Amino acid sequence: MATVRFENVSKAFGSFTAVAKTDIEVGDGEFVCLLGPSGCGKTTSLRMIAGLETPTSGRIVIGERDVTALHPRERRISMVFQDYALYPHMNLADNIAYPLKVRGESEAERHARAREVADILKIGHLMARMPSQISGGQQQRTSLARALVYPSDVYLFDEPLSNLDAKLRLEARGFLNHLQRDMGMTAIYVTHDQAEAMALATRIAVMDAGRIVQYAPPLEIYRRPATTFVANFVGNPPMNLLPVTAAVEGDTLVCRAEGVNVSPLPLSKATATALGQGDRLTLGIRPEHLSIAEPGSANSLSGRLFANENMGPEALVTLERHDAERLTARIFTDDVLELAGTVALGFSSEHVHLFGGDGRRLAFDGEPSFA
Amino acid sequence: MKQQLGLFVSRIGFSVLTAMIGVIFALPLIWFLFAPFNARAELGIAIPNPFTLANFHEVFGNSFAMRGLINSLVESVGGVILVGFGATLASYALSRSPLPGKRAITYVLLLFSSVVSGSAAMVPIFLIITALHLIDTQLAVILVFAGGLLPTAMFILRDFIDGIPKSYEESAMVAGASPVQAFFDVALPVIRPGIVVIVVWAFVNIWGSFLIPFILLRSSDKMPASVAIYSFYSEAGTPIVTLLAAYALLYSLPVIVLYLFVSWKFGFRFFGGIKA
Repeated sequence: MATVRFENVSKAFGSFTAVAKTDIEVGDGEFVCLLGPSGCGKTTSLRMIAGLETPTSGRIVIGERDVTALHPRERRISMVFQDYALYPHMNLADNIAYPLKVRGESEAERHARAREVADILKIGHLMARMPSQISGGQQQRTSLARALVYPSDVYLFDEPLSNLDAKLRLEARGFLNHLQRDMGMTAIYVTHDQAEAMALATRIAVMDAGRIVQYAPPLEIYRRPATTFVANFVGNPPMNLLPVTAAVEGDTLVCRAEGVNVSPLPLSKATATALGQGDRLTLGIRPEHLSIAEPGSANSLSGRLFANENMGPEALVTLERHDAERLTARIFTDDVLELAGTVALGFSSEHVHLFGGDGRRLAFDGEPSFA
Repeated sequence: MKQQLGLFVSRIGFSVLTAMIGVIFALPLIWFLFAPFNARAELGIAIPNPFTLANFHEVFGNSFAMRGLINSLVESVGGVILVGFGATLASYALSRSPLPGKRAITYVLLLFSSVVSGSAAMVPIFLIITALHLIDTQLAVILVFAGGLLPTAMFILRDFIDGIPKSYEESAMVAGASPVQAFFDVALPVIRPGIVVIVVWAFVNIWGSFLIPFILLRSSDKMPASVAIYSFYSEAGTPIVTLLAAYALLYSLPVIVLYLFVSWKFGFRFFGGIKA
């Protein structure tokens, strides 16, 4: 196991910058998820660690070795590919044992080791099958077995679960979490599924347009998103973001918008002076922090009922506001909510997020904290 | 009722028409199967009475024609090895390397190849081969065929390799394989169905070709079967149908055998292991 470090790494494909001047450090035994929409540079970053892409500038360090110029096979890494890349002409035993074959181990030895790993992953009985003769979930575990069969400094995962159906994906996710706890491996995991990142990571690096927007533990990302982009990307359904107009009164901030009723928020001196009257700000409240309230009450939002979906343990209530903007509340109830017309949703002020005109988080006293 | 009758008539008409077209296409093949065994074969179809191997007996006695079959085999196998080997390496490089302008290279080669193997280039080819002192050698025939077929083979095979995900070789290299190991262990077996197609195509092309060996070769003991088949024409230029039919059957056997072998061994198919 080892640490991984990016030092000012950039990667450009022609005129397109995939990764821009990125610094990131992954600690020994950490499970870091690179999270972001497609085209944000997360897969390119992973492929640079693997040695499958060469950085345009910057250094990549694994352990204390500068691997920037090394061939993939010299980097002591394992990688699980999105398409699994199982060799179609080899049976499972030979597929899993292939890394040992290129290391020159005898056939008996490598098949014994492959069987051992396959048994842990519950595919030991399929060793004579060809990749085309097993299910998608089994193919995924075979490619995982091939990555685990030899010792590596770093384990790389390129959206390994995205080709599985929803139920298998949950099962595989749980297994990966268990494996990480068991082995304490250093892992870097690329995904666009925020739930996967939240469930697996010790830290998440949220990427957008080739840059890391926020690099923090999952709960901090959830509780204190650094920008509106992160706030919108993490959480399901995503955070409600409402444009409001700022009015600073003394050391408190009053947010004004039609149908929005927020108690004045206490501001620090620095923030209060930085804000001007009439600044356009964004107010953020997570769906799970909203509940049904009396219209006009303090700390409430109102709008016309748009949809009311009962999901079993919870209900998703969507309101449409005057500017056609929608708000979603996730209300934990087994009952069908009887709602109609104009509905008000309440929240407590400790769940309010505030973002400036540039989309960055604004600090204020009493905001959601992360200890 | 009337509508149904119309449908019925049109269906019958269609069946009759297709049957007739089928018969027209089948006639030469039926002749081809029967005539070699008929001691009095003519251009019309006749069921041999009696079945006889006399035609074959006489053909086997014609040493020029028999050597022609062996020469054809030498030229075809030589050309196929060159085309298969060259096209595999070239198209793999053209598909996988980040070479700028690699598409243009393939297209230009493809354009030229249609000239090179065509009869328009016969004079320059003849002059080049003469300058190389290769006239009247089978090597000359093999080289000219390889040059003519390679660009098209590369074009077909490159498209095939383009369709194979890079992650096969990438996963091998991450797992510790050198680029050469990744090519032989993983890439080559996966692109083998494409190579098989190229090999069969090149073999059939060379096997059936008349003009190039006819021009480049002099000695009768080097002529391939496509040229040797003219020994079954009388001096007046009329074909000796009985012997011609028997020889034609022998001449087409290797191609048929090759097809059967390939479809038995490789099955003209692609087996996938990538989850898309």
